[in-house]
Amino acid sequence: MKTTHPLLSSLLLFFIGCTNAQWNKKIKESGKATEVIAVTVGEEKAQETVRKALAVGADRGIHVKAEGIIEPIAVSKILQKIVDKEKPDLVFMGKQAIDDDCNQTGQMLSALLNWPQATFASKIDIKDNKLEIIREIDEGLETIEVNVPAVVTCDLRLNEPRYASLPNIMKAKKKPIDQMTAADLGVDATPRVQQIKVEEPPKRKAGIKVSSVAELVQKLKNEAKVI
Amino acid sequence: MSILLIVEHNNKELRPFTLNAITAASQIDGDVHALLIGNNCSDVAKVLSEIPLVKKVIQVEATHYENFLPENFAPLIVKVSENYSHVISSANTFGKNLMPRIAALMDTSQVSDIIKVVSPDTFIRPIYAGNAFATVKSTDAKKCVTIRPTSFEPCETSGGSAPIEKMDSVKEFTLSKFIKREEVKSDRPELGTARIVISGGRGMQNGDNFKLITDIADKLNAAIGASRAAVDAGYISNEHQVGQTGKVVVPDLYIAVGISGAIQHLAGMKESKIIVAINKDGEAPIFSVADYGLEADLFEALPQFLEELNKLNTIQK
Repeated sequence: MKTTHPLLSSLLLFFIGCTNAQWNKKIKESGKATEVIAVTVGEEKAQETVRKALAVGADRGIHVKAEGIIEPIAVSKILQKIVDKEKPDLVFMGKQAIDDDCNQTGQMLSALLNWPQATFASKIDIKDNKLEIIREIDEGLETIEVNVPAVVTCDLRLNEPRYASLPNIMKAKKKPIDQMTAADLGVDATPRVQQIKVEEPPKRKAGIKVSSVAELVQKLKNEAKVI
Repeated sequence: MSILLIVEHNNKELRPFTLNAITAASQIDGDVHALLIGNNCSDVAKVLSEIPLVKKVIQVEATHYENFLPENFAPLIVKVSENYSHVISSANTFGKNLMPRIAALMDTSQVSDIIKVVSPDTFIRPIYAGNAFATVKSTDAKKCVTIRPTSFEPCETSGGSAPIEKMDSVKEFTLSKFIKREEVKSDRPELGTARIVISGGRGMQNGDNFKLITDIADKLNAAIGASRAAVDAGYISNEHQVGQTGKVVVPDLYIAVGISGAIQHLAGMKESKIIVAINKDGEAPIFSVADYGLEADLFEALPQFLEELNKLNTIQK
């Protein structure tokens, strides 16, 4: 394999978990990417997330500062502006956020860019200017082929997150992070879905411990009447 | 106000969660139109037209719709949606993959995975892995909403006679190509709709030991689930994963074997009617949601469980 490849001139990474960074580092080390950029949108301390991405292999970072709730539609518009400026060949993202579980941003970004989307990826093969991607779906697995540039969202089985070594954490401190706001990029990030209230879900009533398998089966048969 | 319901199917049959999505759609407004996009899918159109809650079926066919690529579906749906107030689909991998692409093209902030319709613009959805329910109100003129299938009953499937209207396709998106789908064929009930689910976790120790679970599943006519840990470790394939990043299940009986009960797993099963936990660690968090907890070594308990089931005269199917 050639050590450089004209295809992947740079990569854009939206860093939600550590998983993406691992793959990006690998793709860079394989000589197929020339640059990995880590991007995040969020409050001041979100910069730490970018710093972590730099420690596991990204070359430079972009932090778009934003306070409060930033909806996926706003995040995807912000990322669209960054893609327009940086012109990456691939955008990697997680498939859903750990707090609101929306599972929207990657699909929205690829729609705005009119790029192919490869969501819930568990395996990626680079073939010339195409990617062959195996996706995890409810029925099993699906294989698709997309031209680059493309947006890929990662599923759990894509790789094992790597840990940053101390020397790399020190090196990451010297790598540049560009900071800007949504307004700087001309994006209106005002939420359009109002959160009216948040409640605790109804609690399950306390169960019992059974002392034997025979008792368990009797309870299921005669008390719960489910078998 | 009319609702555009995106149909999930395989060109021959309706996928079952479409029926739950139709129920949810009808709770927003009674004028539900089912948009069927596919190739050679007239059998599905006929099935849809017989659903009483469906007022009209819109059928669009082309070879490039055969495999449901969102890059092909989204522009067509955006075009059709002009006359509708809401676009609805299930929050399974079909809807999750497709709906945000539609919402972005419509410049709408999507509401994902609702569990209740409060009013046409207000919905309840779980956040923080189901540890809180948020009531949210969409201020967008048009709404894109995905529904959690297990929170809505499947609708009636006979007695209706909706008209079927055909519409033209839009041009193909050529930069993405479907290659193949590897569906795991099984005689067991589908995990998402099964009456009984038995799941194994890290405690199973390897894939071969899942045989202990399979034997019981056969006896109970149950679907087989797994925790993320068991799937990550390669004991069982991804479509079995129950939890925040896998499937949400609400069976009458959920049996968790060798699963500690991390909140990410609980998010996918804690609404089940009866929960049984079998775990040798008496402190495992799974016991806090279990109706019946058995503190035992699963390698002893599962063979005994099968033996006890064999003693029963009758087992519900």
